[in-house]
Amino acid sequence: GVNPDLASERQTASFSVEKLTAWLDGGAEQTRLRRAVVEAIERDPVFSRENQYFQSQNERYEAAVRKAVHLQKKMHEMGWSHEGPESKYIYRAVAGDIAFLLHRVFMRSISVLGSDEQIAKWIPLASQYQLIGSYAQTELGHGTYLQGLETTAVFDVATQEFILNTPKISAMKWWPGDMGRSATHTVVFAQLYVHGKCYGIHPFIVQIRSLQDHSLCPGIIAGDIGPKMNFEHIDNGYLMLQNVRVPRENMLNKFCEVQPDGTYVRRGSQKINYFTMTSVRISLISGEAVTPLMKACTIAIRYSAVRRQSQLKPGEQEAKILDYQTQQEKLLPQLAAAYAFHLIDDYLQELFDRGYREIQRKNFDTLPELHALSSGFKAMVTQYCTSGVEICLRACGGHGYSLLSGLPSLYTKIIASCIYEGENTILLLQTARFLVKSFMAASTGQSVPPSVTYLAAAKSRKCPAKNKSDFLSPAIYTEAYQHMAVRLISSTAAKLQDLIQSGVKKHDAWNRCTVQLAQAAKAHCHYITVKNFAETVEKLESKAGIQKIMKHLCDLFALHGIFSNTGVFLHDGYISGAQMDMVTASYLDLLAIIRKDAVPLVDAFDFTDKSLNSALGCYDGQVYQRLYEWARKSPTNKQISPAYEKYLKPLLHNTLSKL
Amino acid sequence: RRKTMMNADLRRERAAATFQPELLTHILDGGAERTRRRKEIEALVLNDPDFQHEDLNFLSRSQRYEQAIRKSSLMVMKLREYGIADPEEIYWFKSFVHRGRPEPLDLHLGMFLPTLLTQATPEQQDRFFMPAWNLEIIGTYAQTEMGHGTHLRGLETTATYDPATQEFILNSPTVTSIKWWPGGLGKTSNHAIVLAQLYTQGQCKGLHAFIVPIRQLGTHEPLPGITVGDIGPKFGYDEMDNGYLKMDNFRIPRENMLMKYAQVEPDGTYVKPLSDKLTYGTMVFIRSLIVGDSARSLSRACTIAIRYSAVRHQSELKPGEPEPQILDYQTQQYKLFPLLATAYAFHFVGAYIKDTYRRISGDINEGDLSELPELHALTAGLKAFTSWTANAGIEECRMACGGHGYSRCSGIPDIYVTFTPSCTYEGENTVMMLQTARFLVKSYTQVSSGQRVTGMVSYLNDLSSQRIQPQHVAARTVTVRINDPVSLVEAYKARAARLVEAAAKNLQAELKQRKSKEDAWNRTSVDLVRASEAHCHYVVVKLFTAKLSEISNAAVRAVLTELCLLYALYGISKNTGDFLQASILTDAQITQVNQRVKELLAIIRRNAVALVDSFDFHDVHLGSVLGRYDGNVYENMFEWAKKSPLNKTEVHVSFHKHLKPMQAKL
Repeated sequence: GVNPDLASERQTASFSVEKLTAWLDGGAEQTRLRRAVVEAIERDPVFSRENQYFQSQNERYEAAVRKAVHLQKKMHEMGWSHEGPESKYIYRAVAGDIAFLLHRVFMRSISVLGSDEQIAKWIPLASQYQLIGSYAQTELGHGTYLQGLETTAVFDVATQEFILNTPKISAMKWWPGDMGRSATHTVVFAQLYVHGKCYGIHPFIVQIRSLQDHSLCPGIIAGDIGPKMNFEHIDNGYLMLQNVRVPRENMLNKFCEVQPDGTYVRRGSQKINYFTMTSVRISLISGEAVTPLMKACTIAIRYSAVRRQSQLKPGEQEAKILDYQTQQEKLLPQLAAAYAFHLIDDYLQELFDRGYREIQRKNFDTLPELHALSSGFKAMVTQYCTSGVEICLRACGGHGYSLLSGLPSLYTKIIASCIYEGENTILLLQTARFLVKSFMAASTGQSVPPSVTYLAAAKSRKCPAKNKSDFLSPAIYTEAYQHMAVRLISSTAAKLQDLIQSGVKKHDAWNRCTVQLAQAAKAHCHYITVKNFAETVEKLESKAGIQKIMKHLCDLFALHGIFSNTGVFLHDGYISGAQMDMVTASYLDLLAIIRKDAVPLVDAFDFTDKSLNSALGCYDGQVYQRLYEWARKSPTNKQISPAYEKYLKPLLHNTLSKL
Repeated sequence: RRKTMMNADLRRERAAATFQPELLTHILDGGAERTRRRKEIEALVLNDPDFQHEDLNFLSRSQRYEQAIRKSSLMVMKLREYGIADPEEIYWFKSFVHRGRPEPLDLHLGMFLPTLLTQATPEQQDRFFMPAWNLEIIGTYAQTEMGHGTHLRGLETTATYDPATQEFILNSPTVTSIKWWPGGLGKTSNHAIVLAQLYTQGQCKGLHAFIVPIRQLGTHEPLPGITVGDIGPKFGYDEMDNGYLKMDNFRIPRENMLMKYAQVEPDGTYVKPLSDKLTYGTMVFIRSLIVGDSARSLSRACTIAIRYSAVRHQSELKPGEPEPQILDYQTQQYKLFPLLATAYAFHFVGAYIKDTYRRISGDINEGDLSELPELHALTAGLKAFTSWTANAGIEECRMACGGHGYSRCSGIPDIYVTFTPSCTYEGENTVMMLQTARFLVKSYTQVSSGQRVTGMVSYLNDLSSQRIQPQHVAARTVTVRINDPVSLVEAYKARAARLVEAAAKNLQAELKQRKSKEDAWNRTSVDLVRASEAHCHYVVVKLFTAKLSEISNAAVRAVLTELCLLYALYGISKNTGDFLQASILTDAQITQVNQRVKELLAIIRRNAVALVDSFDFHDVHLGSVLGRYDGNVYENMFEWAKKSPLNKTEVHVSFHKHLKPMQAKL
């Protein structure tokens, strides 16, 4: 049965959990589809993650390969396709714990960068898994800065081949997933040389392992890069190339080609490359950042309703830790953020779809805005969610540190998202570049993209709030965020200008402003998130129960942001000291209100127990029983440890007698 | 051969330093002689072939446990062989043997033996101490239960006295009462000191400690009535067998209750202990160790990240020029240098608490407990403040190393998982902050009622005079000089005073609404935690500043003054709201502070590598390919990766089992 402490939380929900779930999914039909996919996967024992926490790196990798292979069969059986509506739910259901994710990147890069003939040759082979692909860009000594890559591809006119080389150790390809053990082929990014001239970075398809016995091809040194904080199931690899020859046709040549005589031809716009990056960044927000935060909130909040500690009222039973203000202040803002970022993901998806339609019509005007937003939000959301997951982990006391809580692996996995697909600081600076440019344009009356028109709008100098309830008005707090974002962007732009005018070189001036620029970019994204949340809530009219609780969450998200960054709002006196006390009061009041719906709000995320894989977060709240049962299954309790015979016994009996 | 070749970037960095790192190392160690002795012990361990082993990153949990047990037993023998008995020297030895990681005998050495010394009667010492000293008895300390941690009164394990047999009957009545987490319990120990609710003559007498044998001497099998095992994999702590213990009508003789203070007589009569304040002393001591540990763990992470940032080149700063060291980017400096300053600050705070503890523990033995409450309150908060900051700082250092930070070869993941539980153990941090807050509110109340308070909270005495002279506060705004650490201490003091006062007033307001005391406290607890944080922050700035005047070498003092300023100003720039709202600083001053922080980054830049060299971590102890002293990062990453377990065979078994059959089928 359900733990009564959890059951009682569910009886008092102020809204329909099922309706909220459907809304989050984008309709009841989607919910039904998602549940069907999740059920089909979870019913299949091959996809079980039951022993995951006890497995070694080798075992994790093998299980991931086995699942990936089995998934092909399963999809065929169920009639699912990678393009179908089920695909996004499949990934959610296997919790990312599967091999060959880079195989899909390999295929996508061929589809985007390859000519029609190349697509016709490679895609069918890849879809049939006649080969397994990877994507080798990052090198040991080089990441973000593509021009700095050192791998070379020299065209040999005599044989019509490219000769690929890793000239030094820092040029070794390092990190690509699926490459350490699985891949037979990979797309290698290398500096192209023709007749001694360097043409910059280009992609080449290189076979690295035999299709017969999987041994390494001549000239190839490849392997696994060793244990990491997580992703033990993925064989991130290294690759060294020694005079490896590939035919001329293996350079992906939709945009540029080396002709048989060595003539280099460029065609079409490469802007589409930006579009690919943009799409990857947007697509990872939901699955890699928001979903883990939702899971962490589910685990921590359910556990906090079950865990009792100390007394709130003398003589009474120990209190649920969820009733402590400090606990609410840790967890509920994270819950609000999970909702806020779920909605920002919808916002970005919509923007992206619109941009995509334009780009298909060869109109690239929306690209800069899309690129800036996707960079900034990728950075802001992954960073926010990462720290949110860690807060959840540490809010679970000692048990949070047990792998069986599920929280450590959620954390060690989500932290990687702050680095991959663009290091967050660098991404924020890309957004900042766009913001400074837009601000300059706006202040000289030029037209700017829709998301930054606010930079030109007339602003009030003082926040009009008179009492603490005024701060529950979206107009009041959205305006405060807008004011703060404009101030940070305009003051940084001004400082940049000042430095340049005082004779500092442009690049130097930029470096000297980067701390502020990154802050300004975050402020912009924070503002858009608050604004989008408030606007979405407003549109919810018809669904009363849901709108009310979403309004509370929106208020909490906004006020938490002010409460945690008081300085930037107080700085020019926009919010006064007295008003700041009102913000704090309103914010703390909200915690007590949302507390009542906390468990239903995480129930609405609708994670199955299997997908949470947590002894603390199960739906029935039987925390302690489960923790005990799972611990007993630990191999450390089953196998006889050789340590006793080898070391403990001599220690306890003989060795020390001589002392 | 490779050792002689130092990476050119690092060589240049070291040549450009404005001070001698050794001199700073001596200050950190507490004198040149201490440094010499530390390095002597370090060499003793690191040159000893018995303490060598494969890279732990490639071992399974069970193998890591095995290595740790092997080294621990050797360690105990060798410590005695070498006659090392000074607690600090033992700490060093252990830390070099286990390279800063926990080990299965930690609880035996750190809790079981000391508890016997302080709480056992002479007769009990005769029976247990020497066998435990000789490791015939290996013990642990079982307090925490699955359902209960911080709140000791909530523990459920019972020990019921049976006068008929003169035994205690121990029971774990519920699942939540199972002892959970004690280190060394899972596989290693054959005894445990168990904390249980004592029942005698039908009455509960509260928590008491009992020596409970749990495994058969000889076979190491659990005794009848005892269920014991390992609690499974954790976030780090792989070498530690944290365990569970369930007792079913398990009987121990009356003489196994630790009876130096409280006693149960043969007929079941309970004799009360005299004072329980003494246990404070141990808590203060352990928490002071965590402050030192915060400093060391953060120093290790900073060493790795800063050396790597000097070696790593990326992107371009000036068009057309080669890729610069990433340490030249302002954003990178802004991530790392405040943490470097923090690591130094925490070193000095840790040393201060240790000294104070040593000083007043003499008084305690004389029966003078007057200074204990303040020290207890202060260490609770500082334990939380430093461990939270270091925890976040270690992660920041890892992220500053980009993708490679995520590889276990960077060593930072290991530092992080080893350190992060200290936010929870020995007092959950939020609870610790609220303990400090309780002391602050008490002091504030004393001041409001006309009494004066002393020690670190004496700034609260000024509050009453401020209320009489409101212009006093206004006068402060112009008096803060942002280049003078002493003046910044005053600014932090004013901030702490304001937040303590605000929290105390909010608490009074809640109390007036006729809520229960506990309820009012709970509704103010977010404010109270903020007040405690501000108080701790003030103490850290104050102690760092005070340290500067003790430093005789001008070059070292100059560089530490820069760090101290950075620490103080960065703290302001991260908490501008507090300083603005209390009118301690103006908008214009805040802008200056932000600007000054960035100037200091550029100034500290040239000494950054020398400042981490001064921490003087040996490469073996650091355990990081990215943080190697010689900076030869990339070739060693490759060497390291080749040893990965996945690389043991050229073609992985999964190819034959899964890949090939699939390719055949599709």
